[in-house]
Formats: sequence, structure tokens, C-alpha cells
Amino acid sequence: MSFTLQLFQFFVSGLTTGSTYALIAIGFSIIHNATGIVNFAQGEFVMLGGMFMITFYSVLKIPLVVAFFLAVFCVAVIGLLLERGPIRHARSKEILVLVMITVGASIVIKGLSMLFWGKNPMTLPPFSGETPLLFMGAAVMPQSIWIFGITILVVTALHYFFRRTMTGKAMRAVAASRRSAALTGIPVDRMIFLSFTLSGALGAVAGIILTPITTTSYDVGAMLALKGFSAAILGGYGSMPGAVVGGLLLGVLESLGAGLISSEYKDALAFLILLIVLFCRPSGIFGGGRLRRV
Amino acid sequence: MYALIIFGLPLFLRNNYHLMVLNVAALNIIVVIGLNLLMGYAGQISLGHAAFFGLGAYLSGVLTTTYGFPIWPTVILALVVTGIVAYAIGIPTLKLEGHYLVMATLGFNVIVYIVMIQLDAVTGGPSGFAGIPHFRIGDFVFNSDRKIYYLFWGISILVLLLSLNLITSRVGRAMAALSHNEIAAKCAGVDTEKYKINIFVISAVLASLAGSLYAHYITFISPGTFSFFYSLQVVTMVLVGGMGSLWGSIFGTVLLTLLPELLHAVKDYNVLIQGLILTGVLVFFPEGLFPGILEAWRKRRVVVHKRSVSPGREP
Repeated sequence: MSFTLQLFQFFVSGLTTGSTYALIAIGFSIIHNATGIVNFAQGEFVMLGGMFMITFYSVLKIPLVVAFFLAVFCVAVIGLLLERGPIRHARSKEILVLVMITVGASIVIKGLSMLFWGKNPMTLPPFSGETPLLFMGAAVMPQSIWIFGITILVVTALHYFFRRTMTGKAMRAVAASRRSAALTGIPVDRMIFLSFTLSGALGAVAGIILTPITTTSYDVGAMLALKGFSAAILGGYGSMPGAVVGGLLLGVLESLGAGLISSEYKDALAFLILLIVLFCRPSGIFGGGRLRRV
Repeated sequence: MYALIIFGLPLFLRNNYHLMVLNVAALNIIVVIGLNLLMGYAGQISLGHAAFFGLGAYLSGVLTTTYGFPIWPTVILALVVTGIVAYAIGIPTLKLEGHYLVMATLGFNVIVYIVMIQLDAVTGGPSGFAGIPHFRIGDFVFNSDRKIYYLFWGISILVLLLSLNLITSRVGRAMAALSHNEIAAKCAGVDTEKYKINIFVISAVLASLAGSLYAHYITFISPGTFSFFYSLQVVTMVLVGGMGSLWGSIFGTVLLTLLPELLHAVKDYNVLIQGLILTGVLVFFPEGLFPGILEAWRKRRVVVHKRSVSPGREP
């Protein structure tokens, strides 16, 4: 295989994982914009998406499309419960406390998943076969195409939702300023609640499409959350296009690093890139300069 | 009083395993006190303390075992090296705020962890590094859990005293101002940058100290101990004990170190119960469990007091 072709191959596989990082990063951004907190349970949403899909599709033999939506629905409900339960009833609304509550919740979810699904890694069959397609000389798995397609679809839908619908605009208003949003009559509580549900659904989608190429187990959530979080920061925390670019960039750099430098240091490389970006441009690639009010 | 309980306790414990758990608790206390100084008094969060803990452990473990360095000077050397590393990381990182700082320390933790695994020629890789010598003073070797108990708890009490001293000093007041309102502190003439970095270095050095002690106690280290989950665990201990309360830190650490041991019986539910406790404490006692209990106790006493006083007032 020629070197350029090899590069192209790494690029494609990087874009594939990068797409799922982007979805996770968007989930982080949505909750961050609504509440200012970092939801550490985001990775658990991803894990749950894969797990529910395995139960519905592989175990209960529900048709693919129905199982997909059912799994997304279940995880969305869990996101909703997270907000309705611990987050809403927290005695302190301090950011750090809320963030640590999501950490606690993620441990609870992990513990429950271990009891339900056991400790063994599980996998899903790819959506449509395993014969690689040749695209400009590079082998592309059909699952990668599914991942691209679904990611593009979801991002477009979200873009439409946030730009064109009343609810989406209301959510953006809450992100811009919670107080002014409340003053204009936007039900801020409902928007926060919606943001958790939406993030749950997004996490689930990422988990479902990723599982056929990586396998899943009850403890994959933390690493995925870290990657998604890095992607979000890389692109500028809280920015949607930033999350997409950050996710894809992280995926590609990781894949190139693994292929060209060393596959053992793949994860370390991802974080090294992140640290460098943080030191050189703390607000991320797309983040504007922030002014702080005293 | 505290010292009395600590040093009297081993007399009643026959089981070496119990002593070992307490020894680990003493090490955790050292790390948690350091982290609490950073979180509670400098208002900064680090999710990278496992990395400093690991640096201390691996530096003194590898240098003494592979290269035959003498133990005590190596521990000091490890402290100095970790301090320098922390300083180097601290300068750019502490300029960042909020999530970014958490992420940068977290990223550092992951990098150190992966290097520990991959550099197996030096660190023994994922299977760990064994044969680290015990501590000794002259001919006296610290090789039993009981001897180590006195050494570790002695050191942890020393660390506690020094830290209590630090927070009541001028530096401590500057730090408290810094954690309340950084900008106001700056306006009052506190060199916030310098204090933040110094406290970060102190905190990292304490973690490194605990790491070195750990290495020479267990005599075997493996990367699993120093993963990001340990960082999370110590942050949890600080939060459960209450940020800014050093006595609370001791309470939180002992509680959370003993808890998994008590839960061994219900193995599969261990993770779940730990998560539930963490979530529950944070939801209902955001100030920390220890201050929360103290507060509840005080309120109760006030109520009881009022009750006993009020009949007299009535005509």
C-alpha cells in the first residue's frame, strides 16, 4: 500500500471515530450551555446506548430501526431522570457540587449496568454486512458510512432545531443568559430538563453506531467521556460547530498518531494534543475570547 | 486526643489486614489533605493527583530497586522532582480556569498513566514493578504492618499539623481570600498567581510523599493504582469530608477507605453503593458529610437547649 493511500486510510478511520466523539462533544455542550456544568455521565449515556441496543436488537430480536429508536428513547429517559432526580434536588447549586453529582451518577449507572449486563465485553453486528467498500483505493467499512451518515443527519437536525424552532431558540437564549431568558418568559427549568434529555439521546446515538466497530462493556463510559470532553474543549467548549470540528480533528489526529507514531501511545497522544491546544489557545479553536465581569 | 486514639488503636487490632487498611487510609489522608489545601483554600480542582502519587511511587521504587539508590534520600529526590514537574505544569495550567484546569490535570494524569504502562523496560509495564525494598533506619526494618502503622500515622499527623499551621498563617489567610474571590484578593495585594502555584506544588509534593511511602510499604506497584480513578477517589474524599475542612478530610478519607472493605461481602453491589453514597452526600450535604453532621448536631443541641430554657420563661 502506498504511503498516501495509507494516510488516507488512517484519515477515514479517524473521521469515523471522530464523528462519534463529535456527537459526545455536542452532548457535553448542550448541557453545559443550559446549566454551566460538565456532565461526566455523558460517557455513560454512550455506553447505555450500546447496551440497550444489544438487548433490544441482538437479544430481543426487535427490528433494527425500531430497536434503534427504542434504545435512544430509553437513554433519553435516563438523562431526564438524572436531571429530575439528583440534579434538581441538590441542596447546593454550586457548579462543582453539581459536576461531582454527575460523577456520582455515572458511578451508579456503571454499577447498575454491571449488574444488568455483566462484566463481559459485548458487541453488535454491523448494520449492513462487513464487506469493505473501496473508496478511492481505501477500504471503508459499511459501518463507517452509517456512522458518517447518521452523524451528518443528527448534526443537521440539531442545527435546524437550534436555528429554526421556537424551543431551540429558547434553549439558545437560556445559554446566552439564564436570567434574561427567564425574564422574557422562557421556562428555564423546562429547557434544562430538555437539554439533559437531548444529551441522553445524542449519547445513545453515538453509542449505538460506535458499538459495532469497537465492542462495549459496562466500563467504557469514562474513556469515551474523556475523549468527547477533550473534543469539546479542543473546539471551544459550548460551541456546536466547535464540537464537530474538535471531534473530527481529535479522531483524525488520534488515528494518524496511532498509525504513524505508535499505537500504544494513542490515548496519551490525544491528551497531549489537547494540553498543547489548552496552553496555546485556552478557549479552543472556535471559542471567542472571554471577558469576565467582576 | 486524636493522637492518643491513633496510637492506641493498634493495641486492640490483632488482624494484620485491618492494620493494612488503616495504613492505606493514612496514606490517603496525606494525599487528601494536600488536595484539600488546593481545593478548599486555593479554590482549584485537580483531577491529576493520582499522577503525582504515581510519580512518587515509581521514582523512589525504580531508583532504589533498579539503580540501588539509598531509600530516604531517594524519597526526598522524588519529592523534589515531583515538585518541579508540578511547577512546570502549574505555570501554564493555573492560568486556565474551571473546566480547563480540570481537563489539563486530567490529561496529565492519563499521559502519566499510559507512560507507566508502555515504558515497560523501566516500569515493568502493566504487570507492575516488584521487589522494592522496605524502609529501614539503621538495622530497624519497617517490614510489618504494625511498625508501618506508627510510621505512616506519625507522618500523617505531622502533615496535618503543618497544614493546620499553614492555613492559620498569613499565607493561609491569603489563600482563603483567593478561594473566596480571586479578583478581590488580587486587588487587596495578594499575588494570586504565586500562591496558586505554590499551593499546587505543595499539594503535589504531599501526593508524591504518599506515593513513595506506598511503594516502600507494599513493595509492589502497578499502573492500575495510579489511574484517573484514584484521582477521582481522592477528590470524592475531599468533597465528602468537606472542602476547606482538614479534620473533615480525615473523616472523609477514613470513611471512604474503609467503606469498600466493609462492602466486600456484597462484592457486585460495591460500585453501585459507592456511587449512591457519593451522589447522596453531594445532594443532601453539599458542604460535606462531616460539616453536615456537625451542623445537624449543633442545631439539635440548640433545640434541646431552647426546650429546657423556655418553660422557665413562660409565666
